[in-house]
Amino acid sequence: MSIPRTDALSRLQDTGRFALELEAVSRHFGALVALADINLTVRAGERRAVLGSNGAGKTTLFNAITGDFPPTTGSVRLFGEVVTDLPCQERIRRGLRRTYQVSLLFNGLSVIDNIYLACRGVSRGRFSLRRPRWDDSAMQAAEVLLAAVHLDDVREAQVAALSHGQQRQLEMALALAGAPRLILFDEPAAGLSPTERSELVEILQSLPDHIAYIIIEHDMDVALRVAQSVTMLHNGRIFKEGTPEEIENDSTVQELYLGRRDG
Amino acid sequence: MDARRLFSGSVSLADLRPATVVTVGLLLVYPAVATDFFIFQIGAYSLILGTIALSLMMLGGYGGMVSLAQLTVAGFAGYLTAILGDNSVGVMGLGWPWWLTIFTAVLGAALFSAVIGAISARTEGIYTIMITLAIAVAFFFFVRQNYALYNGFTGYAGVMPPTLLGINWRDPAPFYYLSLAVAGGFFCAVLYGSRATFGLSLQAIRDNPRRMRALGYNVTLHRIVAYFLAGLIAGSAGVLMVWFNGRISPGSIGVGVVIDILVIAVVGGMRHPIGPFVGAIAFVLLENFAIDLIDRERFNTVIGLAFLLIVLFSPDGLLGLWSQMRSKIRLGKDARASAGRAERDDRHSAGSPKGTYKGT
Repeated sequence: MSIPRTDALSRLQDTGRFALELEAVSRHFGALVALADINLTVRAGERRAVLGSNGAGKTTLFNAITGDFPPTTGSVRLFGEVVTDLPCQERIRRGLRRTYQVSLLFNGLSVIDNIYLACRGVSRGRFSLRRPRWDDSAMQAAEVLLAAVHLDDVREAQVAALSHGQQRQLEMALALAGAPRLILFDEPAAGLSPTERSELVEILQSLPDHIAYIIIEHDMDVALRVAQSVTMLHNGRIFKEGTPEEIENDSTVQELYLGRRDG
Repeated sequence: MDARRLFSGSVSLADLRPATVVTVGLLLVYPAVATDFFIFQIGAYSLILGTIALSLMMLGGYGGMVSLAQLTVAGFAGYLTAILGDNSVGVMGLGWPWWLTIFTAVLGAALFSAVIGAISARTEGIYTIMITLAIAVAFFFFVRQNYALYNGFTGYAGVMPPTLLGINWRDPAPFYYLSLAVAGGFFCAVLYGSRATFGLSLQAIRDNPRRMRALGYNVTLHRIVAYFLAGLIAGSAGVLMVWFNGRISPGSIGVGVVIDILVIAVVGGMRHPIGPFVGAIAFVLLENFAIDLIDRERFNTVIGLAFLLIVLFSPDGLLGLWSQMRSKIRLGKDARASAGRAERDDRHSAGSPKGTYKGT
């Protein structure tokens, strides 16, 4: 997949800094080593898939990057800045976003409130005691995003009443709010119908090219269609890196992940 | 009318629901038709307890933080009023001007509440309840044993509101209107705030704190600010409480009374700011009139049974019962209306050729 190089991307790439740099990152849960010595770099605007079987450490890798579960050892850099010791919200304010494997939404609030809060989270006025007006910049951004993820029809609906597919779309909208520069998508296609998957691929492919993302996805059709590079994880370690074609044709990968071809 | 629109500035008074207008009207004319006992002991006291429970509703209902220390915060403001202003026991009573006393008492209570928030903000659910209960109990024992500042077991007496504009504000009707103004003001503020950015973010933190962090919010700081704002509400009610009783002692902030505030909020309902006031009225009526039916010592049994029954039949308290009743009435109306429509259709279709297609 070739991505046109725009001004925003050029500016980011010209700084010579990576969107993400992981250096010898490990994460232990007691005696369990969930991640071991991970070295990974993602360029500005790069789209990378992380594959691996269940328990390979994919979601733990995301948690280490966002700070949900900080790494036990190693360092995390976002756009050249060391963020290893920063709390999650500080990393988010530096342009990092993520979605979750199981939708984490605000079920008691409406769809537009969810997206508005996501847009407000990275701007000033988070503690405002005033009601947002329609011409508020975060509210206007929320309206644009609402239309982009095709949720206009359920604008005022309470999130708990949405279908699974709509909740996944809302999950995407929350991650896209507020000028992201690196997004971590954790199995965004899980539980979606074929039509919803196509829409998801469309959304992922139409993201502005300065936005880098890492996608965890078990659906190879989705993962390999939207990724430029692939990292295979196995037992908490990086097992292989390459282009989608290289990974697809690698016999060991096929054996470990795609299944042994009999006959 | 949708409460969301009420304070958005996009509605006029003509949009107000009749029930709201009637309630406000009744609250305003209440002193003209009620006896002094009902104005002061029932009306004003319900408003004060309701305001303290409102601060708990704001934290618990919107923020998911059930704090048992809200009465402690109110008590702290009450003690500050007695210490900084005037009292009749000859201990402390610094004689500050009334406005400075009230300002310092309310602000001090809000800061005290923020400290409680800072201690408990990293806990969830039952642990928040336990840690705030521990703080309430610790403060109770501290004031009971400290004589230099809190005058120990005796506490303070003779704490009165100032006489302003020639009105004695402790007379039943003026005190009732003062309590109504404070309670009404905070009720409107909480209702408005529930749709403000901070209110929305507080509800989002209740639903999913982890996701809020992943959107760039400092969840702990938000919770502490919520405690501060709830402290302003509880502190203001605390000043009214010490004026209402004329005195304050460790008994005013004991564990039993601390639990009463939780009972009031839960019985009333924690989903809407009106709930605590409904709960407070029910509680004060039971407290005053249960002795007509049962021995005074058994009062807590009556309260406990009422609490159990309400929670058993409606986890959302009296508000929940009310909405259940309304939806049943509405369902009944809809069913009657649709039955009427079906009957009319049947009659109509019986005489038309289309009627022959029915049921095939």
